[in-house]
Amino acid sequence: MRRLVLGSVRSAGRGHVGPALSLIEMVRVLYDDVLRIDPKNPGDPDRDRAILSKGHGCLALYALLADRGFFPLSELDGFCGPDSILGGHPEYGMVPGVEASTGALGHGLSIGVGLALAARMRERSYRTFVLLGDGEINEGSVWEAAMGAAKHGLDNLVALIDYNKLQSYGPTDYVLPLEPLADKWRSFGFAVQEVNGHDVGALRNVLKQLPAVAGKPTAIICHTVKGKGLPAAESNADWHHKNKLTDSELDAIRVAVGDF
Amino acid sequence: MRNTAMNMVHKLAARDERVLYIGSDPGAGTLRAMSKEFPKRHLIEGISEAHIIGMSAGLAMEGFVPYVNTIATFLTRRCYEQVAVDLCLHNLPVRLIANGGGLVYAPLGPTHQAIEDIAIMRALPNMTVICPCDADEAARMMEQTLDWKGPIYIRLGKGGDAIVSKAEHGFEIGKAILMRPPGDVLMVTTGIMLQRALAAADLLAAQGLRAGILHMHTVKPLDTAALLQAIRGTRLLVTLEEHVPSGGLGSAVAEALIDKLGSGFPAMLRLSLPDRFMHNYGSQDSLLKKHGLSAGAIATSIEHALAASHTPSPQLHST
Repeated sequence: MRRLVLGSVRSAGRGHVGPALSLIEMVRVLYDDVLRIDPKNPGDPDRDRAILSKGHGCLALYALLADRGFFPLSELDGFCGPDSILGGHPEYGMVPGVEASTGALGHGLSIGVGLALAARMRERSYRTFVLLGDGEINEGSVWEAAMGAAKHGLDNLVALIDYNKLQSYGPTDYVLPLEPLADKWRSFGFAVQEVNGHDVGALRNVLKQLPAVAGKPTAIICHTVKGKGLPAAESNADWHHKNKLTDSELDAIRVAVGDF
Repeated sequence: MRNTAMNMVHKLAARDERVLYIGSDPGAGTLRAMSKEFPKRHLIEGISEAHIIGMSAGLAMEGFVPYVNTIATFLTRRCYEQVAVDLCLHNLPVRLIANGGGLVYAPLGPTHQAIEDIAIMRALPNMTVICPCDADEAARMMEQTLDWKGPIYIRLGKGGDAIVSKAEHGFEIGKAILMRPPGDVLMVTTGIMLQRALAAADLLAAQGLRAGILHMHTVKPLDTAALLQAIRGTRLLVTLEEHVPSGGLGSAVAEALIDKLGSGFPAMLRLSLPDRFMHNYGSQDSLLKKHGLSAGAIATSIEHALAASHTPSPQLHST
């Protein structure tokens, strides 16, 4: 998947590199081992819903959806191109498998509350997963949504937080400290799990035991490394977003994942 | 008008299980009867407008038709990005019922006065903007909202506004209602400015001036065909709105004329609130009067404009 992500970056000469690479294992385990979805029937009313609320991490999602056959792998090469279905943020109706258009931060959890509440009201068994960035949860609307989810006791709703500790400018601790993060989610009425977001087995275990507590929404804080797998980008805010790549940066990609 | 619109939500909910009421923190007892009859579809979600709009989007994605209700300024300014992205970009059937459009909350000051809501809502692709003139029209309008595709912004007046709409005119979203045939003047109104236009037309009639009235309850999509039909032969086109001059009804009408005709349309007078926040309290009526939107002031402005305008009736193209 990292090769696919970096292939898109190389083709387009741009992309949110670090925010996609920290998400890889989260997306892989969620879509492969947890979500009840069928690439041949992406509109199945009983499918589980997943929203990438940190829409700027879309390269990871695109790689996964292409790999799973939601659309051809060749689409990845057109990332951000004039006629591509794959933009710099994912769009509902454009990309098969994308449940909501995201990119503006702080929207996904509220939409997820609506989806989960609808499942409750309609007595349907689908579950709703929302992937959030750590910088994203600076947005007050996320905490409004958290209160709403807890009010309704939405144990069919799961928030996964990609806690890579870096946002666009720099460390989350510097920009707007989040700690004590687990306590925050707990105090907002969520059952909280913490996991190494790159440990596939650990992620699988946590995501196989849902809801963590009956009657409560679940928050899974995934400790990750921004830019994971590309040494030059790891824990380096400079790789949050690239709108052009230098020769040395292209070399760094080539060294990390080989020629492809 | 507000009670009527609220009661219509209850009525629609009884008819269609997709209908939800979602309030933020409305007045005590709002839709109490609905909360008793349909407790699961009467949702009070707190002073969290950004979240409520997103949540409504999620519910609408699953086939519900949420009617979201709070004060107009909070439903437009506070959560504009959610309205733009979650509702309009996804083109979802969420209905925004905005209490206190215009200067209804005059005594509560500028934080509660929705003076630019039409402009910012109509700027959004896929959004429909409706301003009913009275309770009867609000009831007819609500009937039409159930199956309308895409989001709707509904700007409600104060309540107790004089009933001037007529059942025989019916109501169709996007179809203007010709209340009086065009004469020397055509007034185009939206919302509760219709009442003032009717009174101003009577004053003008006493001066021997014939004034037509086209009630544009739907500001978006604008009924351009009705507008172009109604301005034939008029000397002066007047727009009336309880809104700042930028981006509201007057702007929409001017844009339509320029886009459709380019030139050769009647002289135009836009009567509106000034381009500033109100720093006076009092009442809706007193603020409208202060800004030249009483019936008498409207009639006077029109007389002056007619006197200043010596252009002959233009030859208009047909649509």
